[in-house]
Parts: sequence; C-alpha cells; structure tokens
Amino acid sequence: MKISASLRIAPALLALTFAAGAVAADVTPHDAPSHDAALPGDSIYQIDVPLVDQDGHTLTLGERSGGPVVISMFYSTCPYMCPMIIDTIKRVDHALKANGRARLRVVMVSFDSANDTPPVLKASAVKHHVDFKRWTFARAEPDGVRSIAAALDIQYRALPDGSFNHSGVLTLLDAQGRIVARTEKLGEVDPEFLKAVVAQTQPSQGPKPAH
Amino acid sequence: MGSGNPAMRVARLALLLLIACAAQADAAEYMNLRGGKFASVLPADAKNADVVVAPFRLRTVPVTNAEFLAFVQAHPQWRRDRVAQVFAESRYLSQWADADTLGTNARPDQPVTQVSWFAARAYCQSENARLPFWNEWEFAAAADATHADARSDPTWRAGILAWYAQPNQPLAVIGGAANFYGVRDLHNLVWEWVDDFNALLVASDSRDQNDPDRLKFCGAGALAMRDLDHYAVLMRIAMLSSLKAANTTANLGFRCAKDGTGDNR
Repeated sequence: MKISASLRIAPALLALTFAAGAVAADVTPHDAPSHDAALPGDSIYQIDVPLVDQDGHTLTLGERSGGPVVISMFYSTCPYMCPMIIDTIKRVDHALKANGRARLRVVMVSFDSANDTPPVLKASAVKHHVDFKRWTFARAEPDGVRSIAAALDIQYRALPDGSFNHSGVLTLLDAQGRIVARTEKLGEVDPEFLKAVVAQTQPSQGPKPAH
Repeated sequence: MGSGNPAMRVARLALLLLIACAAQADAAEYMNLRGGKFASVLPADAKNADVVVAPFRLRTVPVTNAEFLAFVQAHPQWRRDRVAQVFAESRYLSQWADADTLGTNARPDQPVTQVSWFAARAYCQSENARLPFWNEWEFAAAADATHADARSDPTWRAGILAWYAQPNQPLAVIGGAANFYGVRDLHNLVWEWVDDFNALLVASDSRDQNDPDRLKFCGAGALAMRDLDHYAVLMRIAMLSSLKAANTTANLGFRCAKDGTGDNR
C-alpha cells in the first residue's frame, strides 16, 4: 500500500520537478521582448505586450496593422488632453485622401489598466465617433503599459485621485512598426507629421487595403 | 517508512531538486522593507501629499557584471551582438571585451553599467523580480546606517553629495556599508534605473491647458518638487527623466525589487 503510493508519488514529483525547471526556463513575462527575427530590430512590435481591444479581443501591438499606424496613449476619464489627442489624430485622418486614409490604422493604448475595461474603451471610442474598422482602443496590464510608453517615449504617472499626468505624443509607425515620425503638437495638424503620414499611406507603400 | 525504499529516495531527490531550482532562481539577497507614508521629493499629488510605499523587498546590492554575464549566457537574445536596437542602443555592454567576455575593463564584482531599461527589466524578470519603483528606491535611499530617514541630517547629505562632485571616478565594486535596512550601495557607487523612470518629470497638471504651446511645455516636464535642498536625489530624478528606455550610460546600473509582505522592520 505504502509502496504503491510512493511509487505513484515519485513520478509525479519528478514530473513536477521537470515541469518546474521548464517553467523557470520558459517564463515569458507579459512584456518580455519577443526578439522576433522577422521584424526589424528597431521595430516597436518587438515588444510583446498582450493588448485587449474595445470588443474584448486579445491582440499584440503589431498584429492588426499590416500597414502604417498612428499610435498614441490616453485614458477614458481624461477630461481635456486625451480628447484633444484623439481629435488631432482625426484631423490628420481627415486631411488624407480616401485611398490613403483606408490604409491608415490608429491604435490608442490606455494608461488606466484598472478602469479602462473593454466596455469603457468601447464607450470612449463611440463618444469620439471613430471608424471601428481602422481604430483600436486597447488596454494592457500596468507592466505592459509602462513598456509601451517607454518605447514611445511617453511619460505618465498615476495620481492619487485616479487621474494621470502624461505627455501627449502622436507616433507614426511604418508597416513594420518602426517609428518614422513623432509630434507633440496637439489641437492642430503638425504639417511635418502629416507629410510623413501621407508618404506612408501612399499606394506604393505597403500592402493594398483588404476588400 | 523504509528510508531505503528506492521510490522514496527518488521522491526525496526530486523534492530536493525542486527546492534547489527554486533557490537558484532566488539566489540574490533581498531585504524586506515595510514601506509606509513617505515624504517623497515628488509629492503624490504633485503638490504636497506624502506617498504611500507598499511593503517591498529590495536587492541588497546592484547587479554585477558577473551576474549580468550569466544572464546573457542564459538569454542570448540579450547579448550585445544580438539585442534588438529597440531595446538597447549601440553602447550597450560596450565596456565588456566581447559579447560574452568581461575582459580587463569590467571586473566581475563591479556593478554592471551600460544597460538599458529594457535589459534591466528583463534581468530582474529572470530573478523573479522587477525594477524598483522610484518611491521604493527613494524610500530605501533615505536611510543611513542607523536611521530609516536620515534626510534631515546635513552631514549625511553632504557625504552623499561629495560623490556627485567627483565625476568620472573609476567604478568601484559592490559591497559598501549596509544601511538601516541592510541595503548597500544606494549611494556613492552607481546611478540606478527604476521601473517608472518615465513617470518622474511629468507636468503637475496636464488637464486644464488648452493652449497647444502650454501642452507641449507640459509634456516636456514641469513639476512641483518639494525639498529642493535635496540635490542628490533631485540629480537622480533629473538624470533618469532625461533618459530613453534604450539608453545606456557608463555610470548607470540597476538593482531589482519584489513586492513584499511587510514582515520586517
């Protein structure tokens, strides 16, 4: 009885040991860099942060792009600056010709991991009348948010009242996730930034939009 | 219980292996710090409020060249000849003789420097830890050998400042005197990354500014700091907030931290 029990326990323990070893070697923390060899070394898509969008779908930073992306950060209860960030991106969007606009994607990542759940993100996106086919509002865990902000050179800190201090930055990524332009000008279109977006969304750049 | 029973011996060995594995992952020494209300030079509300530091554990010494070498050997994607540029600039580990050799310019027991924030973070994850938050670092660094908060002691302050006044000194080795918490080398050895290095100089109020120029200024960083006499700490903040996550410098290393239980001190 005892023997058979210990015989059963022994392999279980061994398996556990190897499993523990495998886990220790294989631990891939949430924002552990993936070092994807298929991506250029300077692509921010190397940062492997799982995001959840406004519909509750999980995605990675570069997953839905397939073309140029304007990426920025915000949080839903932000009273003035974030609406202005979103409005500025919409102005850039509207300044594009239809075929260029169809190629552009927009990703807004929230600072507020605690409150910006998918339904809250959805409500934010609806409030701003964005084109859901091309805009993604997303959340990540706090660790991943810090990584994305670091890669985009965006500063932010949480305040005790639940709001955030943060810098406002729009970043243009090419189809491979490389930073090609950046602006801190808000409330109006930065002409240099727009020029870069136009260049990236021209038909010769990247794949044709899917139909 | 038949200690000679082979199955039991295997079981015991497996258990020992398991413990050994767990111990190996946690080889570095960490001290428990109780945290609590703390008068940070960066007030919590960007005005005057104390911050509340949750109990945490802090590595007693910064990560050394030898330890970081072992890390890149186990995680070759962090070798200086393989790391993606998005994670580390070209000076990354440039004081080493080779991608996996320290050489004569990097002693094993010196703190590792020329490491980016991404690399420091990855190292800490390999130790089942994380980088400390700024307030944790500041909390631990407020202690002298006998007081949890020695910041009002002008002699102690002057001693710390003296180190900053002598730039370009050769990097010493780890193992300075332990402070009140048993933590070493927070001063007088190396600058250190914190997890929220990009949270330090954000404007005090980015919400009620509609003028684009003011917003821009706000992003560049204006901040209400208190206790401006505390130059040593303010210099750390100024330096950290000037960095990008892929940057490395010859004087910038790191240590790791973990969430704590608050059992001790």
